[in-house]
Amino acid sequence: MQASRLPRYVDICVIPILNLLTALFVAGIIIAIIGENPFTALSVMLKGAFVYKGGLGYTLFYTTNFIFTGLAVAVAFHAMLFNIGGEGQAAMGGLGIGLVALSLGGILPVLVVIALAILGSALFGAIWGFIPGYLQAKRGSHIVITTIMFNFIASAIMVWLLAGMLMAPNQMSPETISFQNGVMLWQFHDILNRLGFDIGRSPLNLSFVLALICCFLVWLLIWRTHLGYRIRATGFSPKASTYAGYQPETIIIITMAISGALAGMMAVNEILGVQHRVILNFTSGYGFTGIAVALMGRNHPLGIIFASLLFGALFQGGAELDFEFQTITRDMVVMIQGLIILFSGALAYMFNPMLEKLFLNEERLKEPNND
Amino acid sequence: MTDFWFQFLLALDSTLRVATPLIFCAMAGIFSERSGIIDISLEGKMLMAAFVAAATAYATGSPWIGAIAAIIVSILASLIHGFACIIHRGNQVISGLAINILASGLTVIIGIALFRQGGQTPTLPRTSRFNSLELPFVDFMEQNVPIFGIIYKELLSDHNILVWAALASVGVTFYILFKTTFGLRLRAVGEKPEAIDSAGISVTRMRFQAIIIAGILCGLAGVYLSTATGAGFVKEMTAGKGYIALAAMIFGKWRPVPALFACLLFGFLEAVAARVQGVEIMLIGEISSDLLIALPYLLTVILLAGFIGGVTPPRAIGQPYIKER
Repeated sequence: MQASRLPRYVDICVIPILNLLTALFVAGIIIAIIGENPFTALSVMLKGAFVYKGGLGYTLFYTTNFIFTGLAVAVAFHAMLFNIGGEGQAAMGGLGIGLVALSLGGILPVLVVIALAILGSALFGAIWGFIPGYLQAKRGSHIVITTIMFNFIASAIMVWLLAGMLMAPNQMSPETISFQNGVMLWQFHDILNRLGFDIGRSPLNLSFVLALICCFLVWLLIWRTHLGYRIRATGFSPKASTYAGYQPETIIIITMAISGALAGMMAVNEILGVQHRVILNFTSGYGFTGIAVALMGRNHPLGIIFASLLFGALFQGGAELDFEFQTITRDMVVMIQGLIILFSGALAYMFNPMLEKLFLNEERLKEPNND
Repeated sequence: MTDFWFQFLLALDSTLRVATPLIFCAMAGIFSERSGIIDISLEGKMLMAAFVAAATAYATGSPWIGAIAAIIVSILASLIHGFACIIHRGNQVISGLAINILASGLTVIIGIALFRQGGQTPTLPRTSRFNSLELPFVDFMEQNVPIFGIIYKELLSDHNILVWAALASVGVTFYILFKTTFGLRLRAVGEKPEAIDSAGISVTRMRFQAIIIAGILCGLAGVYLSTATGAGFVKEMTAGKGYIALAAMIFGKWRPVPALFACLLFGFLEAVAARVQGVEIMLIGEISSDLLIALPYLLTVILLAGFIGGVTPPRAIGQPYIKER
């Protein structure tokens, strides 16, 4: 990453929006090439995401997933660590929930089981982040490679357990039995129904509130605590932070554990909120989307909320494409996601020289007037 | 015993088939990473190439035209990677990831637009594929030459031309990297780009050449999947092979011949995994093929952590080169 000489608001607002528009523009061209109208597709997506009954609920449901995985990537980014292991950490988080819910359900009160299950997801995710963190800090293995490998290892473990030991009896698909009645997070449409409002069915549940709380906690951690300062110092310059006595190794391990815990909690939304049992592949690539979310949100919780909302709308709107078009499917969303990662991640600074010319010249022109 | 021997030969035979795309991609990775460019987009390039090869072979009826088209597209993907990380000094991991995700979306969207079969290409007839070549005198060898005769028939014969090309690519990679001036410069650019720059050779140019070669090799891997072993493109048909190849490349410590053996080892594990489901082994109990599949990844993690000898990646890997003025 390179230092920018641009005004702050350009860096924070103009560049992400410009990058997003470029990605959407390229997506629009591709839609046009395959013979559909990109504007019709856009309006179908917007209607599906916000206008149709229950649409907004689904959008916010997906948003919840992306807040968790986006925060996970962002926390690691602050220490200059690239955690691509969100997918595996979330899968392990689901396993954590399953083990708690299946072993303690019926023994302890329901609310206690729910609380422990949430902690279980964070703990299992944290372990799956801790190990790559430890290997990076103490043994020098590259975090990117280790987390990629850990995604595959997690997926193999899940197949092994869900098609083996944990598989529900008399059942063909690899999944556990349903949790005990009540071991779940309430869905908003149920809560509002009881209060007399009808918002249409959607899987949006209390995890959304949990996600927002996590956003606040991450903000607190990174910018208002000593640990957060040390995390950013380690990211900025490991050497300088060693000199300051911060032990970058320890910071790397702690950061990766926190990152893994956040990714693991994505499972709360999917498993405790909707499925109420552990199923295979419930992570569906949301861990990777977290990378795009963190990049767009500039690693700031507030930015991550907006970016998650954008991706939530894309995913929900993308589902609507399946119904309206014969040629455009949800895969369009996967492609747009790839384009966003390309333009707001790898090519994030493509427009910098142009913008610098534009804004810095303007300021130079202003100067004589000030005299 | 003879039955075991025969089964073992068959396992080796399928090892070679499974390892072929891994070998191509691992060599691609070596070219790219030895020049200092991290390449996690092996998977995406292979997937794009697989799609283009099948679609073009279906349209033209010729697997060769399909292969050429696939290689061109794979090179284009490499060039996007280069545009982002060499010219704009973007993050190489992010760029690679973007290409992988882009590939899994694009192949399906274009596939549906062209063929309306849910993202698949139509099944290719035999004439539009690379078919297996039976080596000469197979039956004569089996009947008259002990031991080698059966190896010749079961292991060496009946492979398509791309299997042989993959094995040849290892030799070619070794030769280019270690016996030519180009290879020397390529390795230097991944270790100490300043040195190459001060010798008056363009770092940008060297790195672009390296990733173009990587593009060609990933293209061949894709061609193999959809028009040689497979009879058409299927959604997500690479299924993580690009990442296994990446693991094999690291396992081989960024060297062509050790990487070949890593590919064969990982291929062997996969071939065995397909055969041992439910087989009981004394003292160990039932082998789980689900876990066996994860073994390549686990081994790579253990190796990277320095528990089996040290690994040193190219020194300048992942760092964009900024020319001093």
